Amino acid sequence: MSDFENTGILSISDLVLPTNEQLEKGVAITECIQRIPCNPCVDSCPVHAISMKDINALPVVDYDACIACGRCVGVCPGLAIFVVKVQGDQALITLPYEFLPRPQKGESVSVLDRAGKTMGKGKIIRVKQQGRTSIITVSVEKKYAMDVRNIRV
Amino acid sequence: MEVNGIPNVRTCIAPLLEGVAVRMQDRLASWPQNNTDNAFVSTVQDIDILIVGAGPAGMEAALQAATFGASVLLVDENQRVGGQLIKQTHKFFGSKEEKAGTRGISIAKDLEDQLCDDRFKDKIDVLLDATVFGFYEDDTEDRYTFGVISRKEYKSRLIKVVCRSVIFTVGAMENMLLFPGNDLPGVYGAGAVQTLMNVYGVKPGERVLMVGAGNVGLIVGYQLLQAGIKVDRVVEAAPTIGGYHVHAAKLRRCSVPIYTRHSIKEVFGADCVKGAVVVELDDHWNPIQGSEEIVTCDTVCLAVGLTPSTRLLEQIGVDMALVPEAGGYIALHDERMQTSVPRVYVAGDSSGIEEASTAMIEGKIAGAMAAKQLGYQQEKAQTAYEGFLKELKRLRAGPFGAKPRDAKQRIQRLWRKRP
Ligand SMILES: Cc1cc2nc3c(=O)[nH]c(=O)nc-3n(C[C@H](O)[C@H](O)[C@H](O)COP(=O)(O)OP(=O)(O)OC[C@H]3O[C@@H](n4cnc5c(N)ncnc54)[C@H](O)[C@@H]3O)c2cc1C
Ligand code: SF4
Ligand code: SF4
Repeated sequence: MSDFENTGILSISDLVLPTNEQLEKGVAITECIQRIPCNPCVDSCPVHAISMKDINALPVVDYDACIACGRCVGVCPGLAIFVVKVQGDQALITLPYEFLPRPQKGESVSVLDRAGKTMGKGKIIRVKQQGRTSIITVSVEKKYAMDVRNIRV
Repeated sequence: MEVNGIPNVRTCIAPLLEGVAVRMQDRLASWPQNNTDNAFVSTVQDIDILIVGAGPAGMEAALQAATFGASVLLVDENQRVGGQLIKQTHKFFGSKEEKAGTRGISIAKDLEDQLCDDRFKDKIDVLLDATVFGFYEDDTEDRYTFGVISRKEYKSRLIKVVCRSVIFTVGAMENMLLFPGNDLPGVYGAGAVQTLMNVYGVKPGERVLMVGAGNVGLIVGYQLLQAGIKVDRVVEAAPTIGGYHVHAAKLRRCSVPIYTRHSIKEVFGADCVKGAVVVELDDHWNPIQGSEEIVTCDTVCLAVGLTPSTRLLEQIGVDMALVPEAGGYIALHDERMQTSVPRVYVAGDSSGIEEASTAMIEGKIAGAMAAKQLGYQQEKAQTAYEGFLKELKRLRAGPFGAKPRDAKQRIQRLWRKRP
């Protein structure tokens, strides 16, 4: 039994990680590690970077093909896709956000890890709307690239 | 219970009106007599297919049946169509065919628009705010008779529906847990919490203890957060989280803890919930002495499973069986969703607890097959049916499909073993 089935929190070793070069280019990471009957991420990608053997298989992102556009982030019903892009000493995390109020561009917000623990502050770089889901890009210290997965406004 | 002379009413969801007369019912219902509060107008409607329940299964059944040319009366006791979907503010799973990535409420709207489409104008009749309350024996051959009570404009109207075929897409009822204090105001089923929040826009409370970490508990927990309500924790008696990891992860990253191997022991408060006692369970699901912890909350939300609604099916006398994987007693049915009584069909949660995606396909199957049986476009209906079967199989192929897969297999086995 993996721990996430007990805690609801996955560990980095559950994921297929991108290389540093791929992170600098920016990639979508699907934190979807259970075989559930779901596939809208596959159809949402304009460059067909996400594939799946059948509807119950795990999504696989071709990190080289992904152009970090963020389309899949707003489509995923599990809110389980994040785009991570490393830029100098900062990491830009693009995440789905379904709470009000929406943060404003330039605002400083608390950033949280997968357990909801505050990891400090981040700066809102971009706020997009995809349907009723907000797609937020927040800038954090590079060392938190694989930790920060939520914000608190 | 009998309300204003109408038998078989679920009083918990009946509108409370001045002077309403509620009586215990200790026998099979007889045809209601005229009574003083309500001017009964008996009408008879003769149609091909009566569909009871306008959730995703019922709406799809209506659309299919009408596509092949059958005339349909779709009845629901709610004031709008959609069933459970109108409470689902989250995006749905599944594939494009079942509109994955779309919010449940938008799927309901989409199906509603299709029902209203001009091409079904003469085929589909939708009757809302109306309950199908009973099945009546009738002498007419090849016809079934049902009693329907319509509550439009606060005037009850009795309608006698005569149909050639009937599809039950009546959904499910929430399970309750036994513990001291479970009758205090503030203890809700998850479905009730969702209705209050997402349909009526009313906050059920300020601080919630969620019981059950299946998908329903996890999703409703998240929707509570979205409504600005604090979720203290989720407790789950099983050793692992039953719902999808992605749903659990959403709660966790909002700082909501999930305690597996934990259950609720009691709820306390004088006239409403003031708090609850939760307790850890051992390997045999027994409470561990001394592990009790007090949770301060004003609301306890129970998300501990659903039981298929089958009362009307039982009344008709279809063959029933206990199928735990399906959520309780269900009407045995074949792959076409027909029960042991000819031209009586069942689909969706009422035929075994599952998902809206599969409920929609089962509804399509029942609709197409009922129309075919009545002689409408037999070949086309058969081709459509075969496609739907494949789609069902595909959706149930994964590990989370195991339970419904087992349920349906057991139902098939029991079906074949019938005398
Ligand atoms: C919190 C939650 C989250 C969910 N999330 C998902 C999800 O992400 N994806 C997914 O696929 N599924 C999801 N589901 C499951 C899905 O909602 C149900 O499986 C689906 O709605 C079942 O459809 P149905 O048509 O069988 O029944 P229902 O939707 O329950 O509809 C039954 C209808 O019948 C009516 N009715 C009952 N008895 C009578 C009567 N005697 N006379 C007249 N009308 C009657 C009721 O009013 C109701 O409208 C979720 C469920 C819950 C509770
Ligand atoms: S970010 Fe854009 S390119 Fe990358 S996987 Fe998602 S949709 Fe495809
Ligand atoms: S859309 Fe999201 S939840 Fe569905 S398969 Fe893709 S990553 Fe997983």
